[in-house]
This record gives sequence, structure tokens and C-alpha cells, in this order.
Amino acid sequence: MRNIWTISKRELGAYFSSPVAYVFIVIFLLLAGFFTFMVGRFFDRGVADLLPFFLWHPWLYLFLVPAAGMRLWSEELRLGTMELLLTMPVTAWQAILGKFLASWIFLAIALFLTFPIVVTVGYLGHPDYGRIFCGYLGSLMMAGAFLSIALLTSSFTRNQVVSFILAVIVCLFLILCGWPPVTDAVSSWAPAWLVDGLASIGVMTHFDSLQRGVVDSRDLLFFASVIVFCLFANSVVLRAHRA
Amino acid sequence: MINVEHLTKRFGVKCAVDDVTFSVSKGEVLGFLGPNGAGKSTSMRMITGYLPPTTGAITVAGFNVADQPLEARRRIGYLPENAPIYSDMSVYGFLSFCAEMRGLFGSAKKKGIDRVVQLCFLERVLHQSVDTLSKGFRHRTCLAQALIHDPEVLILDEPTDGLDPNQKYEVRTLIKRMGAEKAIIFSTHILEEVEAACSRAIIIDQGKIVANGTPEELKAKSPFAGNVVVTVGNVSKAKLLPQIEALKGVEKFWIVAEKPEQVTFQVVPRGNVLPELLEAGTRNEWKIEHLDVEEGRLDDVFRAITLPDTKPAA
Repeated sequence: MRNIWTISKRELGAYFSSPVAYVFIVIFLLLAGFFTFMVGRFFDRGVADLLPFFLWHPWLYLFLVPAAGMRLWSEELRLGTMELLLTMPVTAWQAILGKFLASWIFLAIALFLTFPIVVTVGYLGHPDYGRIFCGYLGSLMMAGAFLSIALLTSSFTRNQVVSFILAVIVCLFLILCGWPPVTDAVSSWAPAWLVDGLASIGVMTHFDSLQRGVVDSRDLLFFASVIVFCLFANSVVLRAHRA
Repeated sequence: MINVEHLTKRFGVKCAVDDVTFSVSKGEVLGFLGPNGAGKSTSMRMITGYLPPTTGAITVAGFNVADQPLEARRRIGYLPENAPIYSDMSVYGFLSFCAEMRGLFGSAKKKGIDRVVQLCFLERVLHQSVDTLSKGFRHRTCLAQALIHDPEVLILDEPTDGLDPNQKYEVRTLIKRMGAEKAIIFSTHILEEVEAACSRAIIIDQGKIVANGTPEELKAKSPFAGNVVVTVGNVSKAKLLPQIEALKGVEKFWIVAEKPEQVTFQVVPRGNVLPELLEAGTRNEWKIEHLDVEEGRLDDVFRAITLPDTKPAA
């Protein structure tokens, strides 16, 4: 347990000791604001909720989460520090969890910094705070799922660009799977079981109900299982690197 | 302390390490020699538990590296090849991270860091970012990391690579001093280093151990060991040649260097040639300016073993 936290501390330090963290947070907040107010017409709707805010999160995370996660293992492979880290008295699991938690905490910090929008909506009207909390929970789980994918792809290669692109492609696939425009197009020719199957692994389906304030354990379980699967695959890849 | 039995590692069809067996006990410094790609780093990576062996068993301080990897790793300090280090940290931050990973917190951590900072001469750069360090300092920072928990076993892969001669000397002295109470394996290309710091050396070539012994034993294997080199003033080559040929104790000889009024020749003896040689010198009134019995050089042994087809450099 202590090892996991030591590794997380180091990774968090790595984010904040370089411009990466600040650039990331600023861009995230700017884009979130732009989409909510300009594209989502937050004020014109006249409804005290955060739907136009959460609506864009999958698309923001599509690029920003792989950017935050692409260096996690690639950098270790490039510098050769993986050999140092994995010959210390830690298990591969502790190292993977440590890295994952550090990045997840970092994403949570960025997400937390969007609190002014909650304050705004609370000042202007009487929002359902339970629903807002639920949206944040869903957003955080989705960020975790994307992050676990980025962590996995970063263990494939020492090249951060390759790791980034692979992660974006996988995340895009998961977004498109359950996105109504895509499912509608597919359902015109594909059998129903395929459409349903694809929709059930799409993040949009699962995120959608959460942002509407419905906490369904199946949705949370979906994100959790993506995370667990990717972290497990990550440990397999690490073992393959050494064999 | 370290027991390696029938260790083999294959990468696909390529056999990087082939049935290697050796052991290192406490108080021993083992030098690991061999040409590039001989399997030195691969062996070390297996001992530290980074690479799993294809076959064979390794125990470190009584713990099997495959079955109890964490227990074994706790007792090992490892300096990987090229001294990798997190470039986004300060030297202090890096050492502090490594100390915590080794289970040192609070005052134990502070004591550990102070000790290795002193041992590796890092005071001057302690709060500098690793990114801005010179190669020598980076290397020593990584070495410090290997020593921070005062391990019983040290595995150092080319610990003096990239250091200047003074730093090399310091590191060598450090290894020798620590060797008294630890079991140390270090690999190097520099043969003087083996003579300076090792109590035993192994030469490994194409994955196999080709020589194993004290530096003195290895040197005795040199094709030149025991040869006598003599420099004589005041005679010409023409006059000297028949005088040497007449000696019974000379197996064969050749002229090494020739200057006006000075000839240097090397003799391969048959038994002890020295008394006869000196007597001949007195009889023929040689002015002997220099006389040396070759101990044999590790370079020659190394070349003779790892490149058996080439002629030794005379």
C-alpha cells in the first residue's frame, strides 16, 4: 500500500514539476467553458442544470486524457527507468496502480476546478445538486476508463506519440459505439444483437444515464470493468516486455 | 550470498546466456568481463529479477529470485546499464523516492540519503534537477540509489562507464572498500579495474563462462606470462643474436625494439632462465639497462580467450 502511494506521489510530482499539468488544466477549463457557453448555449436554455456542460466531456476526454496518460510507461521505457522501478521491491501491480491513481487524481483535480460552473448555476437558479454530483461521478469514471486505456497503450511503446494516437483511436471507438448517429446508421443493415452489443460497450450509453442523474450500478460497473481489464492487460504487457 | 546455477536465457533462437554457474560469497568482489553482447547485462538482469531466466535457478541471500522476488530484491542494490534516472526530479527528490521505495522513512530515510550523498560526492548538486547534471553526476546519483538501503548484495553494471579518471578511481576504491562486507558483482570493459578492485573475475563470451579465477590466476594464463624482457645498451644486434642463441634456457626469443647502441629483446624461457641470462650478461659485458619478468597482462588473456584465432598483440 505504501509503495503504491510512493509511486503515485512521484508521478503527481512529475505532472506538476513540468508545464504539462498547467497547460492541461488551462486547456481543459477553457475548452469546457467554450463548449458549455458558446456551443451549448448554457444561458439561452434557461434551465438550471449542467447538461450542456457534461455533454461535451466524452469529446474533451477523447484528446485530453490520452495526452495526460501517454507518458506514463513510454517515458519509463525510453529512459530505461523501468528496469530501475521493477527491480525495486514492488510488484508490477503496485507500480501499475500507483501510476493509474496518480493520473486519476490529477484528472480529478482538473475536473474539480470546474466548480465555478456549479456555483454559477446555483446562483442563477435552483439546480438538483444530486444530479450534478451524479454527472461529476460519471465524468470521473469515464476519465478513469479512458485513462486506463491510455496507460495500457503507453506500455506498448517508448514513443509517446504512438501511444497517444493508439489511445485516441481506442477511446474514439468506445465513444462511437454507443453514439446515436452511429448506432442509427449501423442498425439499418446490421442485426439487432450486433447493434445492442456495440451500444452496450459504448461509453455514451453509460455516461448518458449518469449525467441525467440516474445512478445505475451497471453503468458504474461498466466503467470499473474497463479499468480493471485495461490494468490487467497492462500487467500482461509488462511481463511480456521482460520475457 | 549469490548462487547462480545452470542459468540459461534464450531470446527466440538466440542464446544470450548459456548454462552459467557461479557463486559469490560475502566479502567477495566479482568482476564480470566479456566483449559487448557476451551476456553480462542479461545475466545481471536475471539476478536482479528483471528478466526471468529460461532455465536455471538463482538465489540471493538465501531467497530464490523466482519464488520470493520481493525478499530477494530487498537485499539487492542494482545499478542498471547506462544509469537510468527520472529526468524530471531533483537529485534529492530522486534519492528520497528510492529510499521510500526501499521502506526507509523519516530519520532512517534522512540518514540513508546523507550517507550516500557523502559516499558518492553529491553535496554540490543535491537540489539540482537531474536533467541539468553532467554524465558523471547522473551516474553517481544512480549509484547512490543502489546503496541507499545498505544492501548485502550489489549488482553494478558498468559502474565506471562515462566517468573521468579521478571519478573512476573513487568509484573503484568505493567498490573495493564495500567489498569487505558485501557480495558485489560488477561488469566492466576496463581490465585494470578488475586488477584494482576484484577478488575474483569471470570472463564470459557468447553466453558461456570461459575463465574464472583470481586476477593473478587469470594473468598467469597469458601467453606472455613469465617472459623476460631485457634491454641492453652498448651492443649491436649482429653481435647479440648468437650470444642469446647460445643460451640453453631460451625456448625462443625475438627483438622487440632496436635503437643505435641499444637492443630490447624478449625471451620465452625454458625453466628459470634468469641466472643463465645474467651470467651471459657478465661474460659478454652487456650493459643491462632494463630487465623485467612479465606477469602477464589481462588484456592478452582477454584477447586470447575471446578471440582465439587472432594473433596476440606483441
